[in-house]
Amino acid sequence: MTSQPDAGGHFGAYGGRYAPEVLMSPLEELELTYASARKDPAFHKELDELLTTYAGRPTPLYFARRLSEQLATRLYIKREDLLHTGAHKINNCLGQALLAKRMGKQRIIAETGAGQHGVATSTVCALFGFDCTVYMGEEDMRRQRLNVFRMRLLGANVVGVTTGSRTLKDAISEAMRDWVTNVATTHYLLGSALGPHPYPTMVRDFHRIIGIEARRQILEAEGRLPDAVIACVGGGSNAIGIFHPFIEDESVKLIGVEAGGRDERLGQHAARFAGGFPGVLHGSRSYVLQDEYGQIASTHSVSAGLDYASVGPEHAWLHDRGRAEYCACCDKDAVEAAKTLSRNEGIIPALESAHAVAEAIRRAPVSPGQTFIVNLSGRGDKDIDIYRENLKELDPA
Amino acid sequence: MTRIARLFQELKRQHRCGMVAYLTAGDPTPEATPHFIEALERGGADLIELGVPFSDPIADGPVIQQAGDRALAAGTTVEKVLEIAAKVRKRSEIPLLLFTYLNPVLRYGFEKLARDAKAAGIDGCLLTDASVEEAGEYVHTMRNAGLDTVFLAAPTSSERRLKLVAEYSSGFVYLVSRTGITGVRENIADTALPLIERMRAYTGLPLAMGFGISTPEQVAALAPHVEAVVVGSAVVRQIERDPSNLESFMRDMTRYLKSDVS
Repeated sequence: MTSQPDAGGHFGAYGGRYAPEVLMSPLEELELTYASARKDPAFHKELDELLTTYAGRPTPLYFARRLSEQLATRLYIKREDLLHTGAHKINNCLGQALLAKRMGKQRIIAETGAGQHGVATSTVCALFGFDCTVYMGEEDMRRQRLNVFRMRLLGANVVGVTTGSRTLKDAISEAMRDWVTNVATTHYLLGSALGPHPYPTMVRDFHRIIGIEARRQILEAEGRLPDAVIACVGGGSNAIGIFHPFIEDESVKLIGVEAGGRDERLGQHAARFAGGFPGVLHGSRSYVLQDEYGQIASTHSVSAGLDYASVGPEHAWLHDRGRAEYCACCDKDAVEAAKTLSRNEGIIPALESAHAVAEAIRRAPVSPGQTFIVNLSGRGDKDIDIYRENLKELDPA
Repeated sequence: MTRIARLFQELKRQHRCGMVAYLTAGDPTPEATPHFIEALERGGADLIELGVPFSDPIADGPVIQQAGDRALAAGTTVEKVLEIAAKVRKRSEIPLLLFTYLNPVLRYGFEKLARDAKAAGIDGCLLTDASVEEAGEYVHTMRNAGLDTVFLAAPTSSERRLKLVAEYSSGFVYLVSRTGITGVRENIADTALPLIERMRAYTGLPLAMGFGISTPEQVAALAPHVEAVVVGSAVVRQIERDPSNLESFMRDMTRYLKSDVS
């Protein structure tokens, strides 16, 4: 089974291009620029060089020895947290920055939830000399203060968004409003595998390197493919990046972990597959958390990067076809998993990635002896304040 | 012939540019909206765009965003908006165009919407984020029910896209005067007139232009070039500030749009 969209960017019934008319031409321009860049060896050469010398690829596939012993599994960790800026997001930012250069755009805008995409965008803008504006919900600015300052240190203009739930969804809406207004000079560097075509495909392609490396590395280490690949899913960019090169390996289970938040009530989680319906948000058709009248629901996750009401359309398609399975991990289990990984392997994961670690821990007893790859999409430095709040026993007043 | 087509025929006969007024249904309450529509009609509005509030309106500026928030807080749904339309329709023949985003309509269902909207006296529909590429089923369903489908054309639209917009639109074509979100602006963008000229090459449908139009002078400046001018955020702002003067606000807005056959 392959996974490619049709000419209109549809993955089965999902994806597509639902956008205000003003944005349709720039989306077409981006699609054409990307299509020609894909075929241009000079583009790949420049991107590969940046990924190697600037971002730090390839990232290691690390065998988590102590945790594997405890869980009676063979647990490998794909160390995207070791990339420059501390998360996988830089893969996509470097790719899109090169496209912006090709299109002659001088100004870059982006949305950010946890701030990882905002930091990666600010970083490539500093690297290429682009003017940079990042939209971030005020609630996220509060809980990811460190990343806000990192962006400012890198020269970005961080704009707080005060509409709606003041999280990732509202930051995307505000970035789209900016793009509608400044479309001639500006490239919207969307940070996840969602939005109108060509973003879901293009962002996925820039992150496929994660899965390509992991597949080669696990074959070298184990001489066989893993039993499962596990990744957290907000918009779903790190997950689709590691899943995609394994899609045709039908023996490999692909497991996406959404934010289970506090509980199962609408508004208290971001588990789109469990609680959502097909709908259209931010330019593509996918599973969307919404009320019975089609109004987008608010979401909650301890992790700002997973706190979003929709999910990348290719995940929706993989879900419906049964090629990938999606489950949810609650706030508490994610924090606990972060503590477990920190204490057993000396790796502090981002809260987002901790959801994937939690699922590996949960599955281990029912899958003894199996080999898992967990995509550790980001490191946990940015989350230290939230870990402190949630692990009070380690921080006596 | 739909009420929208009849309106533009009548405007042509009168050699008059029409006034399209947008308001967010349910702002501040669903009960208030029919009175506002009557006031707008008495003040000279020829067609009403009835906005269905959506939680995440990516094409709208702060004025209409906040109106949407108020309307949602007051419990406005597609069903409520259709009730408002039915109430207006009992007393008025003013054309009513539903104006919203795709998701509330998807959730309601195209078939059901087409049927219920027609029954409520709605004349057509415009979905801001339903691009022509994705609109086949929607257009088919609406047209079968005898409803017009209006699409937006923008200064950034390519010739190919203008042709598609012309093909998928009925009733009229809505031209976006500028790249940007809805909102009150000082002047008319210099992208406005070239777009009108380009669109004429592809369609004989009436053209209405909006986005950023907020003064009688702006209305007057556009009037010689289009069949109708759309005023949105300025109406919504008037409702927010002083709804009791809505009629005189609209009368002022249309003061230069006089028929030359009286």
